[in-house]
Amino acid sequence: MRWTARHLDTIGYALLDHVLLVLAAIAAAALLALPLGLLVAHRPLLRAAMLGGAGVLYSIPTLALFALLLPVLGLGFVPVVVGLASYALPVLLRALLAGLDSVPAPVREAADGMGLRPGQRLRQVELPLALPVLIGGLRVAAVTLISAATVGAYVNAGGLGTLILTGLDQDHTEKILVGAALVSLLALAADRGLRALERRLGDRAGLRAAP
Amino acid sequence: MSTLAALPGWVLDHHAAVLLALGEHVQLSLAALLAGGGAAVLLGLLGAGRPRLAEATITLAGVLRTLPSLAVLAALLPLLGVGFAPSFVALSILAVPPVLVGLVTGLRLADPAALDAAAGMGMTRTQRLFRVSLPLAAPLLLEGFRTASVQVVSGAALASFIGGGGLGDLVTAGVALLDLPRLLTGAIAIALLALLADLGLGLLARRVAP
Repeated sequence: MRWTARHLDTIGYALLDHVLLVLAAIAAAALLALPLGLLVAHRPLLRAAMLGGAGVLYSIPTLALFALLLPVLGLGFVPVVVGLASYALPVLLRALLAGLDSVPAPVREAADGMGLRPGQRLRQVELPLALPVLIGGLRVAAVTLISAATVGAYVNAGGLGTLILTGLDQDHTEKILVGAALVSLLALAADRGLRALERRLGDRAGLRAAP
Repeated sequence: MSTLAALPGWVLDHHAAVLLALGEHVQLSLAALLAGGGAAVLLGLLGAGRPRLAEATITLAGVLRTLPSLAVLAALLPLLGVGFAPSFVALSILAVPPVLVGLVTGLRLADPAALDAAAGMGMTRTQRLFRVSLPLAAPLLLEGFRTASVQVVSGAALASFIGGGGLGDLVTAGVALLDLPRLLTGAIAIALLALLADLGLGLLARRVAP
């Protein structure tokens, strides 16, 4: 563990870079998913087409996606954020639509009956009720992106993948294992943390919905 | 755009290398899918009718599913060295969770009335499992194999980093040599293979659906 003790700052920065990559990509994807989701929510054909297209995007392997973006966007942080955001977008879009679907029709009608405008209804009624499902989507997106961001190191985005890849290059077992262990722990922590939040919000929504 | 136009010519000129990489990729993916998927089916069947064991295997799948592919591949290198062996083991591990979750969920969803009827007909537990529960669980099991196949094909692209060969070699060599056609050929082939696996197993799953 000598290397680790001497390079705590390198490891810390790699961890920070990794988290920043994932957060930036999720933020970008969320900004896109919200208007797209609202646009297609009540248009079945458009919705099916968009979810189908997003599904194809989601199944493109990480290395292939970053390699395809390389000639267009080059190396570094930005192309990897774009690639990661394209993985998060289908997940968030699906979660948003499922969340909006989960709002019972009578609740929506009651909101209309109270004279709420569509924007108010969305902000004050539908999105709060859809929140547990949205957090579920966020959890899947976070785990997927933490994993995919590891490969981003190959196109110089930084992050914990850098420890793994330089470790592989230098035949440096400790570096490989520290990188692999940290990125796995990060993924597990994100999964557990967001799952706990999802459950708590779900329980609260359940209590509220009770008569 | 000129690079894209030159791509078919490049592939023709280098068809031996491309076919070799494709062959390695398919071989590695299929081997891992069979081994990992097989192990998952075995675990899932063991858990049938044993709710606590089934719950434990689902928890295990949840943890395995969370592990990043590159981390699993890289972590096995110190143990198993470079090449096919660590890649095969890592990808087999990645194949387990989707298949296991698909099978366990499918078995749970099997209609209790159908199971009661089968018991009434005098079927033993094993007979009920194989003749009633399993056929009913087949569509979800195949959905699990579908997810697993995409993950394995995707993960096999990363095997190149630990000397496992496959289409990832075209990408890494393309980056190292600044050889754009090589890089794009590898990337497009990997993407097409993943989409093909997704589509093929998706169609199969739909056909078995009752």
